[in-house]
Amino acid sequence: MDQKIILVLIGMSVVTYIPRMLPLVVLSKVKLPPLFLKWLKYIPVAVLSALLAPGILLSHNRIAFNFDNKALLASLPCFIVAAKTKNLFLTVLVGIVSMFLLQQY
Amino acid sequence: MKKDYIQGIRSALPIILGYIPIGFAFGVLAVQQGLSILEIGCMSTLVYAGSAQFIGAAMIASGATTASIVMTTFLVNLRHLLMSASYSPYLKHIASPIQSLIAYGITDETYAVGIVHAEETTHTNISANFFLGLHITSQASWVVSTVLGGVLGNLIPDPARWGIDFALSAMFIGLLLMQIKDKKDILVAVCAGGLSLLLATGTSGHWNIIIAALTAATIGVSIELWTKKLSLYS
Repeated sequence: MDQKIILVLIGMSVVTYIPRMLPLVVLSKVKLPPLFLKWLKYIPVAVLSALLAPGILLSHNRIAFNFDNKALLASLPCFIVAAKTKNLFLTVLVGIVSMFLLQQY
Repeated sequence: MKKDYIQGIRSALPIILGYIPIGFAFGVLAVQQGLSILEIGCMSTLVYAGSAQFIGAAMIASGATTASIVMTTFLVNLRHLLMSASYSPYLKHIASPIQSLIAYGITDETYAVGIVHAEETTHTNISANFFLGLHITSQASWVVSTVLGGVLGNLIPDPARWGIDFALSAMFIGLLLMQIKDKKDILVAVCAGGLSLLLATGTSGHWNIIIAALTAATIGVSIELWTKKLSLYS
């Protein structure tokens, strides 16, 4: 490996690790105000939804709320299975199979 | 305890299903852009962040400066701040060195699985071993699949055709529905999703996730406070 790549990799790893590590290590040492804890409770739902929405509703950088959007179609059975079974593995499996079937047309 | 470690490994299964095709795709692409197998392996071990690695490999290939690559990586991965912060109330009782070790493995996907586990477990029973098992297994699958992608290169054409790349979206659906407990959660989810979607069409560098999550969580707390105040007066 040449020196530049080594430097890039080290730089990338440091700036990725710090935001992963600092809040957990620092915030768990201090007593957090109740209002902030309440706010933190909403973070998982908010983050998950923010991660998911572009994945199923965005196609070629445009909002695609239509039946041509295969990711959106494949997500429908996932929502149903997830709501009924609460089984993560089954949800993922249904998602893969649905997408595979949709890709054949 | 060993039991928690094994439970962590088991919980990584849906993540592995998602990491294999994406990691493989990254390996194929990175080799095409001139990275060596060793460099791919080092990047997946040291950086371990899907989108940042795709962007990083492309920037290295285009001859971008070290500073601009590092800065872009930093911005793309800033969203982990929120995830790390939201773990802090649950992992309070774990010693700092172990916390730092667990933090190394925080990704969108391990966080999604880990936070559901943390919320379902009594606080004192939340075990570092669960997270170590989850994180080590997930990262191992990432490193192996990116290196395999680099080695096998173009043997398997277009992994997206097999529908496997949808695995991560399906996983987020499952985890999101497990998180939703009342109407306020639904409202927060709709706000975050809608905002993230709108911002994603206009901005680059994953700002959409941070801004949407911050705003939606703030809306959630505001509504909680507002409805409580109403019930105090009624």
